[in-house]
Amino acid sequence: MSITKRLMYVNRRAPYGTIYALESLEVVLIGAAFEQDVSLAFVDDGVYQLVKGQNTTGIGVKNFSPAYAALGDYDVKKIYIEKESLDQRGLSMDDLQHLTWEDENEDYAEKESMHLVSREELADLLEEQDVVFSF
Amino acid sequence: MSSIEVNGKQLETDEEGYLLNRDDWSEDIVDVMAAEDDCEITEAHWEVINFLREYYDEYQIAPAVRVLTKAIGKKMGADKGNSKYLYELFPYGPAKQACKYAGLPKPTGCV
Amino acid sequence: MATLHTVNKSPFERNALDTCLRLAKQGSGILFLEDGVYGALKGTAASEKVAKAAGEHKVYVLGPDLAARGMQEDQILDGIQVVDYAGFVDLAAEHDRVNAWL
Repeated sequence: MSITKRLMYVNRRAPYGTIYALESLEVVLIGAAFEQDVSLAFVDDGVYQLVKGQNTTGIGVKNFSPAYAALGDYDVKKIYIEKESLDQRGLSMDDLQHLTWEDENEDYAEKESMHLVSREELADLLEEQDVVFSF
Repeated sequence: MSSIEVNGKQLETDEEGYLLNRDDWSEDIVDVMAAEDDCEITEAHWEVINFLREYYDEYQIAPAVRVLTKAIGKKMGADKGNSKYLYELFPYGPAKQACKYAGLPKPTGCV
Repeated sequence: MATLHTVNKSPFERNALDTCLRLAKQGSGILFLEDGVYGALKGTAASEKVAKAAGEHKVYVLGPDLAARGMQEDQILDGIQVVDYAGFVDLAAEHDRVNAWL
């Protein structure tokens, strides 16, 4: 019998300026093979990773933002966004991609992955994890 | 630098035979790659190859084999969405071999 | 005489922008690029100080870096001019020196 661990990836960096966002995404996609209880948190500049309408043609770098929409396929169904980080940047949930997952047991019904949480709620979630990966 | 010759043109690949430039892909490449693997391409193979190309266009990633299996099952039915069916089509590994034929990079996390 | 200052760090993560604004002489050029472009946006915790700086300096933002990050031109603070790579080169050539706040 295998033990399922609760893993949370905490994303705090903007995309493209540094490699953190892409590295985190790759680790999440690879790590998904281990079938653990995975969640992602987007905090500070990390919320910029999910901003809609990214177009990297002009900077000659691959736009990896479409891959976030595949997270549901990888059984990553819990995406937490810290509200204070959005507020500080003048953003709302409408500015972000709307990520969902499909429930195979309910005829592929589309379910919500995105959860807006307060600082306190996120602090509680962090306390509940077995492992936290910070990017 | 490795390469593959298709219709008299040398196309760059990595050392494992994956195309370096996705724009180089054409249907003819599939026949050349399959001939090297001694694999006969059927309609069933094309279903998977086309599915992978569409998946990459949408998400910009090559799906892991588990994800591919699940997604094929959803789109084409449970009789195709299982690893036995996919391994029979692509004995070198459905994600690995089919991604190569589809001109995609090797799936993330696939070593 | 005039210096072109470039800022490529997010104002929410590093203090490069603050130091740049503290030390830039009036009439300097300030160009936001890479993650620095987040400093050019309306409605953020950094907007007020950047709007003030746009009154004292010529402030620019690199368009391709905005687009990469999903930001539209109507989200940019008034008084900030969007430039492309050729505009960046012109700015560098027009100024006496470039001071890159990394």
